[in-house]
Amino acid sequence: MKQNQRQKTGRFAAVTVSLIVLIVVMFFITLGAGVVSISPAEVIHTLLGQGTDRQDLVLFDFRLPRIILALLIGAGLAVSGAILQSVTQNELAEPGILGINTGAGFAVVLFIFFIQDSLTGTLSVFIMPLFALLGALLAAFLVYSLAWKNGVNPIRLVLVGIGINAGFSAALIILQLKMDPQNFRQATVWLSGDIWNAGWPFVMSLLPWILILIPIALVKANALNVLNLGDDIAAGLGSKVEGDRLILLLVAVALAGASVAAGGAIAFLGLVVPHLARKIIGPLSHYTIPVSALIGALLLMAADMVGKNLLAPMEIPVGVVVSILSAPYFIYLLIKVN
Amino acid sequence: MLSTIQHSRIFKTAIIMSAIIALVVSIGFSVAFGAADIHLSTVWEAIVHFNEDLTSHQVIQELRLPRAVAAALVGAFLAVSGAVMQGMTRNPLASPSIMGVTHGAAFALVITMAFFPAASNSAMTFTSFAGAGTAVVLVFMVGSFSKSGLTPVKLALAGVAIGTLLTSVTSVIALYFQLEKQLGFWKAGGLAGADWQANKVLLISGAIGLFIALMIAKSITVLNLGEDVAAGLGQNNVLLKILGILTVLILTGAAVSVAGSIGFLGLIIPHITRFMMGTDYRWIIPVSALFGALLLVLSDIVSRLINAPFETPVGAITSLIGIPFFLYLARGKNGGGQS
Repeated sequence: MKQNQRQKTGRFAAVTVSLIVLIVVMFFITLGAGVVSISPAEVIHTLLGQGTDRQDLVLFDFRLPRIILALLIGAGLAVSGAILQSVTQNELAEPGILGINTGAGFAVVLFIFFIQDSLTGTLSVFIMPLFALLGALLAAFLVYSLAWKNGVNPIRLVLVGIGINAGFSAALIILQLKMDPQNFRQATVWLSGDIWNAGWPFVMSLLPWILILIPIALVKANALNVLNLGDDIAAGLGSKVEGDRLILLLVAVALAGASVAAGGAIAFLGLVVPHLARKIIGPLSHYTIPVSALIGALLLMAADMVGKNLLAPMEIPVGVVVSILSAPYFIYLLIKVN
Repeated sequence: MLSTIQHSRIFKTAIIMSAIIALVVSIGFSVAFGAADIHLSTVWEAIVHFNEDLTSHQVIQELRLPRAVAAALVGAFLAVSGAVMQGMTRNPLASPSIMGVTHGAAFALVITMAFFPAASNSAMTFTSFAGAGTAVVLVFMVGSFSKSGLTPVKLALAGVAIGTLLTSVTSVIALYFQLEKQLGFWKAGGLAGADWQANKVLLISGAIGLFIALMIAKSITVLNLGEDVAAGLGQNNVLLKILGILTVLILTGAAVSVAGSIGFLGLIIPHITRFMMGTDYRWIIPVSALFGALLLVLSDIVSRLINAPFETPVGAITSLIGIPFFLYLARGKNGGGQS
């Protein structure tokens, strides 16, 4: 038993280290790639403050915030998906499918429509996540309460999620058509899931959420493991099932909401990444949460690089790249999962 | 006892008669409402004694009447498609909008626009047929191949997955060939662009599609007793399914190519019809057509009034009407019972 434990910890350490190395390598490649190409050596020089003005501008003002934002959003959505899958004991749960992302999106578009113009400067960037959070909470509440019928059946949860999702989408279409052209563009671009206009304010507005919520998820990992066994067993083991579930759900919803506020609707990332993590490291939440965060960060950074450079100078929204990469895997899961 | 009364022949006939009257009246209103309100009597005049010199008659003949007729036809087609799908799969959630039909059509259209920019209008129509069909077949395949079979939730999720995949690829192609604007225009869809030409396409496909649907109605009723029972009664289920898929393809293909995405109409109408008409598809199919036509004509009127003088996409309106119903079904025993 002890032996086994040690083996697992060793494996976890190995996986974590290799993922971090991959992220660092990818980080330098992504920093260098683009219309203005900069070699890895020059990237390091520039980061150390010895670059030309032009390199400084490209790296610090454009690429660096965008990459960091991708890392944060990827981690946020992946952990949100991991928590949702465990809490609902449903392998197909994900903030996108459950309508949480669209709910957040709806709130953000409401914000763009009614409030943004009356705010000045970067203040709106910091208030947007709060709105997204409200929208995400509303969607989660609707889905959970409508799926409630002597408890929450996982299948019903997914079906209700699909319905709520479609409802918010329809409302979005109606709302968007009432906007003036400039706001309409902002909303459309944002909804397709992209991080083109990433700047430091967006990074700073998302960072605290990630830094606070992911550690909470880690602290609660034990409760998550127990919940994953099913309500009856969890209650039998003395877990405060409903209380723990509520806290974890709130964490997942908040992570999704904040990520969506910064990066728009990015589908399927929260579904696929936790699956990969479980394949690599097993089902224990202590391990799957950090590994999911790392894989999610890596994947979104890579997807953004592909989207940025594949058809350069045209950019494909990162949400589209993620969908094309992960929808086939989702279909594979659909066929396999019972 | 209630059900005997409810499903009696007189009751059914009464329902059909009132649906027909309601449909005619609402088409009349649909023609009368608009940027310039036209009196109902003028509408009648324009149809019976068309006078070229009157602008109002021109507007009615060239713009409003084709639009109202197209709305009725598209609504009827989508409802019948939904009824046939639900009947064949015995799956309460089966319907065109859940199965990625629109995404498939958009995908095929964008490919045609990108690689064959000179394609004619009828070629475009055919393309969207093909795309819609491919999406349905893909969703069915994913659903059927999965371990637990074609359950409601699998079907819905497969529709989401295939739909998202097709949409993503579509937007990359549109981005690369700079077709976003044209695609967006088509996607917003609605019935504003429906002219007599579009109605011709609808009428031809509708004649074929509805004919097959009515022909197989009785067999679908039998199939609902279970595949084994149907086979035992000497029914060729494979032939039936091929004919059924063909009907769905023709009807939804035509509807989507004219009106774009009209959400949830094909889902809810067959349920309402079954509630009123019982389980005999010889009644369900024609009455679904009537109800579908009625709902879309009414939704189209609402879409023009809600934010006048701008139009709201009619698909968003049918979605908002249909979603509570979808949620109700998802909560019901058939939707959430088994995985």
